[in-house]
Amino acid sequence: MNPRLKIKMCGSNVKVFYAQKEILHGIHLDIPENRVTALIGPSGCGKSTFLRCLNRMNDTIEGARVTGQILLDEEDIYDPSVDVVELRSRVGMVFQKPNPFPKSIYENVAYGPRIHGLAKSRVDLDEIIEQSLLKAGLFHEVKDRLHDAGTSLSGGQQQRLCIARAIAVRPEVILMDEPCSALDPIATARIEELIDDLRRNYTITIVTHSMQQAARVSQFTAMFHMGNLVEVGTTKTIFTSPGEQRTQDYITGRFG
Amino acid sequence: MLTQHTVRSFDRELDYLAKKIAEMGDHACSIVERSVKAIVQDDYRLADELIAEDVILDKAEREIDEKAILVIARRQPMAVDLREIIGTIRISSDLERVGDMGKNIAKRAAVIAGTRQPSSFYSSLEAFVALALRQLNEVLDAYAKHSLDRINAVRERDGTIDAMYTSLFRELLTYMVKDSHNITACTHLLFCTKNIERIGDHATNIAETAHYVITGSYPLLERPKGDHTYEVGMRKEVS
Ligand SMILES: Nc1ncnc2c1ncn2[C@@H]1O[C@H](COP(=O)(O)OP(=O)(O)O)[C@@H](O)[C@H]1O
Ligand SMILES: [Mg+2]
Repeated sequence: MNPRLKIKMCGSNVKVFYAQKEILHGIHLDIPENRVTALIGPSGCGKSTFLRCLNRMNDTIEGARVTGQILLDEEDIYDPSVDVVELRSRVGMVFQKPNPFPKSIYENVAYGPRIHGLAKSRVDLDEIIEQSLLKAGLFHEVKDRLHDAGTSLSGGQQQRLCIARAIAVRPEVILMDEPCSALDPIATARIEELIDDLRRNYTITIVTHSMQQAARVSQFTAMFHMGNLVEVGTTKTIFTSPGEQRTQDYITGRFG
Repeated sequence: MLTQHTVRSFDRELDYLAKKIAEMGDHACSIVERSVKAIVQDDYRLADELIAEDVILDKAEREIDEKAILVIARRQPMAVDLREIIGTIRISSDLERVGDMGKNIAKRAAVIAGTRQPSSFYSSLEAFVALALRQLNEVLDAYAKHSLDRINAVRERDGTIDAMYTSLFRELLTYMVKDSHNITACTHLLFCTKNIERIGDHATNIAETAHYVITGSYPLLERPKGDHTYEVGMRKEVS
């Protein structure tokens, strides 16, 4: 990896257990700053599980246990002194299915800044909401209907609303778990375009089952298989001449 | 060897492209072989036939291009599959050029019909074309079997072709010096030998493409060079 790249997050020997079963078998992975890192691999290989380690979402899963170390700017996010709510504002998440709250567009975005006390006044809050919607590429489509229900938007718009909601709390890292799998090609293209814009200011990690999407949006790609990290490298190398047979078989559609 | 794709029809499409390349290779070799035969046996009828046959390779190249583009659009191939399809497009273009070389030799054969050189020249010419075509056949077969060692060996042997070319070049110059009425025929023969030398270069190109398809990287650029014709006629030839 380019030594000038700053490592924003770093996982070392990360293992995850559900009940007593080991699901991730000691993952070592660096996430470079202001880059998009794609996690690929067949269903059930542990991509989402690893992604959830990066903002301690696994804490919310009954019976889940994480060992090893994950650093955010050199600090261990599993340290007992870490405030998990604060961590999740620094490391935001966008899910597979757009999941706006059953509230207005405005309230969806306002929720985070309110609970984190990011706005001093109503004007301040309006500004944060406009900026977040702008960055998510949604503002111009919704500016006249900010008080309509978030769920009244199209699927693609809802996903961009969820991205705006994640951005509103000024995260440093954005995790996306198959953010386009419920969207049509045009809505997908808009999200991909957005991801490319966002990486200027954020570090992005995206789980995707679309090889083409990983090839289009990411600069680094990590290939998982059965709870192991098979290979990580520049996206260019992984998709033109990967080093590992399992990666080759997976990306060329020869698996199993 | 690679295992099969989950989508079997993808394998069939790739097999089809591989088969087309093999056919193009056979045809290109056959045109070149017969074009030299037309010279050696002074057979202008054969030469005329060959000139018309070149179209078959042009068509085959187009068909491969169209099919390859369709596969890319349909399958969005990655890694070795992507390299293989791009390799197919490149190799078919090399083979089409080889066909052009054959056609050009055939045209010259028709023009110089009725002229003769010493018989030793024709045996050298036959040995020369046999060597170039052996290189071409070998690289195509090695590519079909993904045999990297054999592919690299083809590249290393290109120097032999260049050396033979230099020797034929000198021989033709000697004939021209001896008999100025022979200059036109010998000049055509000079271009024919140059064409055969170019076929060797196409075999080398194909070896490089094949290396890339199989490994994902190109071979090193340096390789032995035996073409010294640019030195022929210099006041003091560099040995
Ligand atoms: N809450 C859970 N409890 C038990 N097993 C789980 C749970 N979530 C995921 N798993 C298992 O962990 C493995 C990895 O799952 P996941 O990370 O979702 O894979 P991916 O995102 O790569 O498809 C799978 O075998 C899955 O069945
Ligand atoms: Mg998943």
